[in-house]
Amino acid sequence: MKAIIKEDVQASLETFLNQPVYIHLETTTGSYSAHKDEQNMTVVAYIRNAKVTCSRAKITGEGPFRAGLKIEDGWIYAEGLTDYTVDDEGRLLLAGYLPGGKLAISLQISKKPFAV
Amino acid sequence: MKKHLLVILPHPDDESFGVAGLIALNRKEDIPVTYACLTLGEMGRNMGDPLFANRETLPLLRKQELIDACREMDVQDLRMLGYRDKTLEFEDEEKLADRIEAVIDDVNPSLVVTFYPGHGVHPDHDACGAAVIRALSRKKKEDRPRVLCMAITHHREEVLGKPDVVLDIKEAADIKMNALKAHKSQTGGFMKEIEKKLANGEPVVETWFEKETFWTYQWND
Repeated sequence: MKAIIKEDVQASLETFLNQPVYIHLETTTGSYSAHKDEQNMTVVAYIRNAKVTCSRAKITGEGPFRAGLKIEDGWIYAEGLTDYTVDDEGRLLLAGYLPGGKLAISLQISKKPFAV
Repeated sequence: MKKHLLVILPHPDDESFGVAGLIALNRKEDIPVTYACLTLGEMGRNMGDPLFANRETLPLLRKQELIDACREMDVQDLRMLGYRDKTLEFEDEEKLADRIEAVIDDVNPSLVVTFYPGHGVHPDHDACGAAVIRALSRKKKEDRPRVLCMAITHHREEVLGKPDVVLDIKEAADIKMNALKAHKSQTGGFMKEIEKKLANGEPVVETWFEKETFWTYQWND
């Protein structure tokens, strides 16, 4: 993955509009967050292969970036995005990494389901 | 009884952090070792330091790292059970135990290593340990192999007492180091810290390369 170029990501997002797409969205503090420091909570959430249709999709901010997807009955939102790639299967992978290569958030869009 | 070590853990690298010394010492005595690894650590958040993986490339990278680590430890029999990271505790508990029981019955181990249920910190660790105990509890007490458990909670000694197995692994420290290095997406940053300490002549946490500690599972029947 490489540092987000806003225009590239925006162009990619628009290729996923108005058709069924699969979303992977997650955020994590790391499974050992509370173990390492009792002042912290371990908070992890992910949804893999939510099937939605987006009528709008936009990346905003100056970095780290935000992304919002307007879907049939609501919204999908991610903040803290730093890196992206369009992989060899044509999927847009967005992620936010902490120093040391630790993933803090990811938002991914694909026209086919992600592997489970 | 023929000796055979069976290690049952949920994530690629759990074995290298906690059991690589025990595994290596067993292999030096030519005792067969089977490692049943339940997931591929698909949801790990470490993507390499420097960064080289992403959420979608991580599973295959970690699979190869697991194979490489097993080569370093001379584990001849690696079994990947195909569950998904972070989901073990939500699987049907009896069915999960069935899968593990099938591995146990196939291997017929003299010794089993897993996490002590309730002392794994990570939910997958606890679910894995609980499934191993559930599978073995179906056997008559006299037919169960000894189970050595890793416990990593802060309050482990208050609840379980002192570990009854403290293994000197210095003889296998180099193998453990190489096994950890093999998991490079997960241990890149960790190894950098360790190597910095070694270069400065600072002490490295002894648990990693000097000893491994285990608690023999205490059956309550």
